[in-house]
Amino acid sequence: MPYIDPHIHMVSRTTDDYQRMAQAGCVAITEPAFWAGFDRSSPQGFYDYFRQLTETEPKRAAQYGINHHCWLCINPKEAEDVGFAREVISIIPSFIECETVLGIGEIGLNKNSKNELIILEEQLALAEELNQLVLVHTPHLEDKLKGTLLIMDAIQNTSLKPDRILIDHVEEHTVRAVLDRGFWAGMTLYPDSKCTPQRAADIIEMHGCERLWMNSAGDWGPSDPLAVPKCRLELASRGHTQELIETVSFENPKTFLSQSGKFIVD
Amino acid sequence: MAKDALSKKEVIDRYFLEHRAKVLDIAAFLDRVDRCHEDDDDFRIEALRSCIGELLSTTEGRAERILLLLSDQTTEPIDQAGTKGASGAVPPTT
Repeated sequence: MPYIDPHIHMVSRTTDDYQRMAQAGCVAITEPAFWAGFDRSSPQGFYDYFRQLTETEPKRAAQYGINHHCWLCINPKEAEDVGFAREVISIIPSFIECETVLGIGEIGLNKNSKNELIILEEQLALAEELNQLVLVHTPHLEDKLKGTLLIMDAIQNTSLKPDRILIDHVEEHTVRAVLDRGFWAGMTLYPDSKCTPQRAADIIEMHGCERLWMNSAGDWGPSDPLAVPKCRLELASRGHTQELIETVSFENPKTFLSQSGKFIVD
Repeated sequence: MAKDALSKKEVIDRYFLEHRAKVLDIAAFLDRVDRCHEDDDDFRIEALRSCIGELLSTTEGRAERILLLLSDQTTEPIDQAGTKGASGAVPPTT
């Protein structure tokens, strides 16, 4: 059964990971722009990164039959310097027409600071202006609850429609609020700092799978590019139907991403 | 709504040993901290003790309540992000 990993940072992964993901049934991925583990020294660094996302990674993925799409933004960890962030934002429109760019993301908050919020609001305005889908990063650990609420309030001050926005990294204490406000919700499967496959399966059992997807968010930190198939196995081993598993790991991401008009899955 | 697919006995049969090991990991971790013989408190250990108290609850929703115990409950943006990382519990200065 094919699956989609709608959030993974393949610039940080090896080609072996593409191969293993393809062997496990991955047919499409989307890669949001994120923090590289260090602050880039100039906006030009982001220009090069956006070229990597739009030119290099689709070719690397295609070698294994995986369709690669991406999201562009300045991430919240590098948004504290507002002037710098605005220079990066100014680059985005020149890439937005690329056939594999699905929208603005992953924007959001990290430490819930005033400057992060300013840049979030400006990137939401860019999404409004360019009529783009939005992929939202919610903060880590103790900052997640507050950040998720601040982000949803900021979005609801715009004309963006909640069903065109995916709020990612939900856990037990944020998933209900996100779904109740009409947004899509993403569960990230991490070994330590977000949902394990078991807890993600629990969340599906408690909240259903309407407007819900799961992703590995595999990157340069502790993470697992095969987390989505592992969660599918967890659901199957609990006796859940193939229909439910396909909904949460293929049909739901396909439905949300297809709103871009650019998402292709074979 | 997806229904829980396993019976209570099946859930326990499947997951008990895994979570027995996790309880032992927590106990061994706290022992390891104690063997340092340093008296100063750490907000993360205090937070962990609060979470352990929540585990004794007999009411469903423990995971959500523990996440809330570990969450910053303030509502206003902070003036400046002094760091990029998160510690997993709310630092006393927040």
